[in-house]
Amino acid sequence: MYRYDEFDAQFVAERVAQFRGQVARRLSGELTEDQFKPLRLMNGLYLQLHAYMLRVAVPYGTLSSKQMRMLAHIARKYDKGYGHFTTRQNIQYNWPKLVDVPDLLDDLASVEMHAIQTSGNCVRNVTADHFAGAAKDEIEDPRPLAEIIRQWSSLHPEFVFLARKFKIAVGGDKTDRAALQWHDMAVEIVRNAQGSIGYKVIAGGGMGRIPYIAHVMKEFVEREDILAYLEAVLRVYNQDSRRDNIHKQRIKILINTIGPEEFRRRAQREFDEIKENGSLQLPPEELARITAYFAPPEFEKLPDEMPKGDEAFANWVKTNVHAHRAPGYAIATITLKSIGAVPGDASADQMDALADLMDRYGLGEIRVSHEQNLVLPHVRQKDLPAIHARLGALDLATPNAGLITDIIACPGLDYCDLANARSIPIAQDIARKFADLDRQHEIGELKIKISGCINACGHHHAGHIGILGVDKKGVEFYQLQLGGSGAEDASIGDILGPAFGEHEIADAVERVVDVYLQERAPGERFLDTYRRVGLAMFKTAAYEKPIFEKTVA
Amino acid sequence: MSKLIKGGVFAADAYAQSGDDAALPDGPVLVSLARFEKERDALLARNTPVGVLLQSDQSPEKLGEDVTRLSLIALDFPKFRDGRAFSWARMLRTRLGFKGEIRAVGDFLYDQINYQHRVGFDAWVVPDSFRLEDFSRALGEMTNVYQPSADGKKTIRELRAGLKH
Repeated sequence: MYRYDEFDAQFVAERVAQFRGQVARRLSGELTEDQFKPLRLMNGLYLQLHAYMLRVAVPYGTLSSKQMRMLAHIARKYDKGYGHFTTRQNIQYNWPKLVDVPDLLDDLASVEMHAIQTSGNCVRNVTADHFAGAAKDEIEDPRPLAEIIRQWSSLHPEFVFLARKFKIAVGGDKTDRAALQWHDMAVEIVRNAQGSIGYKVIAGGGMGRIPYIAHVMKEFVEREDILAYLEAVLRVYNQDSRRDNIHKQRIKILINTIGPEEFRRRAQREFDEIKENGSLQLPPEELARITAYFAPPEFEKLPDEMPKGDEAFANWVKTNVHAHRAPGYAIATITLKSIGAVPGDASADQMDALADLMDRYGLGEIRVSHEQNLVLPHVRQKDLPAIHARLGALDLATPNAGLITDIIACPGLDYCDLANARSIPIAQDIARKFADLDRQHEIGELKIKISGCINACGHHHAGHIGILGVDKKGVEFYQLQLGGSGAEDASIGDILGPAFGEHEIADAVERVVDVYLQERAPGERFLDTYRRVGLAMFKTAAYEKPIFEKTVA
Repeated sequence: MSKLIKGGVFAADAYAQSGDDAALPDGPVLVSLARFEKERDALLARNTPVGVLLQSDQSPEKLGEDVTRLSLIALDFPKFRDGRAFSWARMLRTRLGFKGEIRAVGDFLYDQINYQHRVGFDAWVVPDSFRLEDFSRALGEMTNVYQPSADGKKTIRELRAGLKH
């Protein structure tokens, strides 16, 4: 894992001191809320429906056991005993008091963590494949580059007041687990025909009210040029983006307005100039220095031998355990999706217990995934039964990774100032409806994603089944979308038709799933069947029962 | 009322800002891009310093080769959230090689001064209530930086490399 050196430590400490000053100026009234807003947002502090919410960065989703214990401590000391893991690999606390936030940030800094740029119109926390460094077919671990991007983008003087937020992700595998094509900008580590490794840069993806899949900006960027190219894209965006309509200020709008060809031309011009200037070139020694922090652990020589266990264990292995690059090892997913729970929530006690588990069985490391789950990246296959038993005791052994009850949901109207509708109760309804494990396994891979408003924090556009909460005259309704994907076969879901009432949406999902079960060819996932047979049959089934719930007149 | 910070101290503003239709006063003047484009030859023939005020949607590239004949470029922040001028200042200093004064005007915050300084601003129009010690404090809050910019400041990467030699 990356470790701060004296420069990183001083940087974060000074940043906390600076924010302490800003909070004091706000509390004394020197700053108005309007002036304080962009400053607190750049430090991850939102003002929500009921209280402040602090979003803590988990760079590229990697946490040590020491950091996990601190997250538990913070949940106890400054919050109501829990935290919420998000689709951006971050953790959010929903109840800190403004006056406490500087102390909270000091606590975070003591374990080399921060909340810098987790919100606001700047480059956000850099995310990466949660199987990084462990996946079997990975070309290269994406985290060293993600760390280099994190440093370059931290308080970048030119790019802290962008037109809108800017999200960057890095992946190092042909299998895309980081939703690269849905990001403002993403880097995919690739190998070219000559066998050398470089970076493919894509940009202009995004969710929100107008979803777009990213365009390729450059098929192959040499390693030493990568920051120069990323800076070129950001500079074009900062200079040329609209600023007159908040809904049209993401980079996806600019790229699709002027066209990807024209955007590439502008970026190339900036890139040529930055490269020639030379100051952003990434020396191989620096890449090697950062990469050394992420060197693979020393794996024991073990045979590949998956232990046998009872049915519960076998079910868990089937969905939650993935192949590891080292023989005798495995990747274990811990879904934060037990039936009826709030997706992504973890209690302080669970976090502490997980830290112990990480130390005992997981080489002290854990990952946060964008699917709001946790991942033990390096565990011995022979330890899996013990891990499963311990997770079961913590109510964290739900065998549903990738299944219909492994639902992504934004906080929704229960917490969020922007939401139109609740997301969490809908996720809970659906999870309960499909709680039967045999049925879940029968249905197989099916990704449901729920957003409580058009901002799409729950990634509904990328759900095999996407659900969008809308408000009609003060009543919550839910629109159904089918056929989206956040993986390497990225696609935008199709809207099915009129929205369903809150008590109807789970039934409609069930009717849609039944169509799949009837129509599927051998080996087909829900998404495959949908793509083959098209929308019509699903639509007919979904609206088989008329929508009963009506808005109040 | 407002005052000017230049060279780290309060300074008299030598430039008279002139509206688009007003008669030009004697001495150094600051005009809009529209007026500069319309009266370019006359303005440059006056033999006194000329400054141009650019709105946030006006790239300094619109000035073309004339950039080198100007002594002041003022960049407007219509609202503090509009960060385009950060890129314009950087472009002036690096691509266009502008050596004159780059002045921040409009609605910017104390907390943006350090970023402005990094990208090439060297003058600020601030409210009368602004204290000079706050200006130096703004520049000193963060000792080191991760990325190169127009200020030529050594980056943390360069400092790390230096430690090893």
